[in-house]
Amino acid sequence: MQQVSQRRPNRAAAFLTSRKVVPYVFVAPFVIYFLLIYLYPTVSTVMMSFQRIDGPTTSEWIGLKNYQKLFSRNFIQALETSTRYAIWDVIVLTIVPLLFAVLLHSGLVKGSAFFKSLFFIPALTSIIVAGIVFRLAFGTQDTAPVNVLMTALGGQPRQWLMFADSGNFVLIVMTLWRWMGVNIIYYLSGIQAIPNDLYEAAEIDGANPIQKFFKVTLPGIRPVLIYVITITVLGGFAMFTESVALWQQSNPGGIGRTIVGYLYQVGITKANMGMASAVGLTLLALVLVVNLIQLVLMGFFRKEDA
Amino acid sequence: MKMRKHINKRKATLSFLATALMIIWACVAMLPFVFMFCSSLKPGEEMLRKGLSLSIEPGVSSFSNYNALNTYRDGIYWQWYKSSVIIMVLQTVIGLFFGSMVGYGLAMYNFKGRNLIFTLVLVVMMIPFEILLLPLYRMLIRAKLVDNYFGVILPYLVPPFMIFFFRQYVLGLPKELLEAGRIDGCTDYGVFFRIMVPIMIPAFGAMTILSGMNSWNNLLWPMIVLSTNEKFTIPIGMGTTITPYGNAYDVLMPGAVMAVVPIIIIYLCAQKTFIAGLTAGSVKG
Repeated sequence: MQQVSQRRPNRAAAFLTSRKVVPYVFVAPFVIYFLLIYLYPTVSTVMMSFQRIDGPTTSEWIGLKNYQKLFSRNFIQALETSTRYAIWDVIVLTIVPLLFAVLLHSGLVKGSAFFKSLFFIPALTSIIVAGIVFRLAFGTQDTAPVNVLMTALGGQPRQWLMFADSGNFVLIVMTLWRWMGVNIIYYLSGIQAIPNDLYEAAEIDGANPIQKFFKVTLPGIRPVLIYVITITVLGGFAMFTESVALWQQSNPGGIGRTIVGYLYQVGITKANMGMASAVGLTLLALVLVVNLIQLVLMGFFRKEDA
Repeated sequence: MKMRKHINKRKATLSFLATALMIIWACVAMLPFVFMFCSSLKPGEEMLRKGLSLSIEPGVSSFSNYNALNTYRDGIYWQWYKSSVIIMVLQTVIGLFFGSMVGYGLAMYNFKGRNLIFTLVLVVMMIPFEILLLPLYRMLIRAKLVDNYFGVILPYLVPPFMIFFFRQYVLGLPKELLEAGRIDGCTDYGVFFRIMVPIMIPAFGAMTILSGMNSWNNLLWPMIVLSTNEKFTIPIGMGTTITPYGNAYDVLMPGAVMAVVPIIIIYLCAQKTFIAGLTAGSVKG
């Protein structure tokens, strides 16, 4: 008896430290996590979308009914809101930080290290806090800061958050404000990894700065670009907190309700989890399809030939 | 000679314009903080009446609002603060531990199934977490983890973005270190904890800030899990001070300042390591 209990830990230790087993011990947490936090809930979302759910344990199969009732006026409006935001989000948050990153790396900017760290600071604030400030900045009164600026520039004061388009504009400004510094750092990490001889070679061939950007920088940062676009597409379609923070409880005609906002309303507030699952799966399909198209267009699946 | 002068002049103009652009954005980036601070010094009615302004008026502005944080509903703001800190520390420490482990395993070893697991990490990064909210919530109800801090951190125990980042980082480290460690008589785990972790410090720095900031600002999931007022995090709690009958700006503005100040201080202390760490573990291939 004693012998066994003495040998056992040794054997267990020998097993755990054997070269074949070690890698699996290192990755085991992810495997467990994947099964528990991703696979099981994803499968159960799919199942729930075909069910009517009353309480945490009772449910009833209802076939496609959730999907048939899915495309209500509110859901279509939410789809529009999220899509509009996602499109502008991808355009603005891909291009503007790239321009800034290139300028910061070019040596033209004095004190570029200072700007790099400063631009990151807005990302540290909570969206709720940012939303409160931006809501007030784009307030309805003529004395709200942005309206004061508009008047000073010879324009008209506006009711920014009363309309879907200008509301979306405020959302994009707020997102750019928060994420600019993060995306700049992603881009800089890519730009700094491009070997200098590529630029020198381009210079010998007589390339001007713009040609160098399109022929050397852009291909060089393709992996980073793909990463940034992929997470921006995801973040764009799944946006929720930003609109909650900006519109708070007053949401004229539901213009601030996004897909996830609708999911929350249906699933948590109205406790219709089956329906909400159908909404969630539509969102998943949307994100995956858009990202797949984007990845194909960006040549992610192309064999590396360079 | 003349041409060079011309080029220099053009370069100086470009440099001026680029720096000017940076200064403008720096102002845009900082302006909301200035608004926030100025507003935190004003009485709430003043905010409701006039909205934001940059003025600090002697006689009207004072730090008395900060005292309201202690008195508002028996100092509940500091309860929220405590919850936020507990959740942030737990989530970050556990996430760093597992994230670095898995990322290291994927980068350092060649084993059967490695590509499959890495592909799963990438797939998971492309799934919007929001669609998992309801099934996860049902799971918590069954596991009796609702209104519990552990329930809040459960979905973030092994963060895929950290795995991805640590993997990229470790790919850049020499594999000979593992062999050398083995020869010195370390087990593979000893090599990881004693040799690799110290080398990976810049990566840990970057991930600490990213994780801390995600957790500190997270709203949707904690809002679903937590239901007791005293357990709320700062973002949820601040949300409760926003009501259709008028926002409690007396608490909201100083609360917002107090919520952001510690994060900015940590960031400013660590920003050199942070930016270097983030840039080194860049997204390659």
